[in-house]
Amino acid sequence: MNPGLVMYDEEYRQIAGVCDRLTRDANAKVVFLVDKNGQLISASGQAQNLDTTSLASLTAGNVAAMGGLAKLIGEKEFPSQFHEGERESLHMSIVGGRVVLVVIFDAKSSLGLVRLRVKKAGEELARIFDSLAHKQAMPGAQSPFAEITDDDIDNLFSE
Amino acid sequence: MSFINYSSREINCKIVYYGPGLCGKTTNLQYVYAKTSPEAKGKMISLATETERTLFFDFLPLSLGEIRGFKTRFHLYTVPGQVFYDASRKLILKGVDGVVFVADSQIERMEANLESVENLRTNLAEQGYDLDRIPYVVQYNKRDLPNIASVEELRRLLNPRAVPEYQAVAPTGVGVFDTLKAVAKLVLTELKRGG
Repeated sequence: MNPGLVMYDEEYRQIAGVCDRLTRDANAKVVFLVDKNGQLISASGQAQNLDTTSLASLTAGNVAAMGGLAKLIGEKEFPSQFHEGERESLHMSIVGGRVVLVVIFDAKSSLGLVRLRVKKAGEELARIFDSLAHKQAMPGAQSPFAEITDDDIDNLFSE
Repeated sequence: MSFINYSSREINCKIVYYGPGLCGKTTNLQYVYAKTSPEAKGKMISLATETERTLFFDFLPLSLGEIRGFKTRFHLYTVPGQVFYDASRKLILKGVDGVVFVADSQIERMEANLESVENLRTNLAEQGYDLDRIPYVVQYNKRDLPNIASVEELRRLLNPRAVPEYQAVAPTGVGVFDTLKAVAKLVLTELKRGG
């Protein structure tokens, strides 16, 4: 089976730093990062009132569907997408082939600015995810769940 | 593909409900949603057609509690069961940690069950998974209907590997949580083994 994604404190701080900066530099309302399977990795900006879990799942579904469409017409993938709403717009881009960077913005920003800032942030994030993948592949890196017992699992279901 | 986050002390896993059209995948999720306390669940999303057939997927995030200080979260998905939505089914299996196969117990749906389980095997293989190795549970749904196959017959056809199996009546909840608990347990046991 494919190994899962593991996020460590150090990389998480770096990623949150990049997303916070992107929120400011792009005048965005919210920036979030989702893995391609729909797990939310990080959210910056005015994310408090948003259902980020649903956003993450739908983002992944959308990117997966667009990826399927891309393959049907002979493309590898569509690396970025833009959806323009009446007030808010949404920009999605695939970073390092494995995560999706989503920027939500309104009239205070513009597609041009968002694209420009996303490009730089995307490169930084790709580097962090490379180092994360490297760290995960190192011998000795193991699941924190390696030490749980069957009782631990049973207890979760014993209400 | 689980996601372990040391920073927020969370572990996220993905479970997919698979099966032929109208077998009760969405109904399983709806029952879980209805019977779970608000603090343990997120919003349920259904991307469905106007006639309430699943178009892309249903999604329900659940929190199960903590293991060794890690919050365990399960993301439940259903696939669209209708045969022609195969491209969508493949996408939803990406990154799956465990699968529930919901079989329709009615005799006339046996062929659809068999076709769906074969389709599951093929689509999993395309993603690099082996149905014989992935955490997997079978549910025989619609046990309340008159024209149903015996459990022995269903087992022989759909569960030759003898994975955990449950009889269910999804609208009233019979077997629904047993099925979910069984697959969640298998997923965690697999994680423990470092899968």
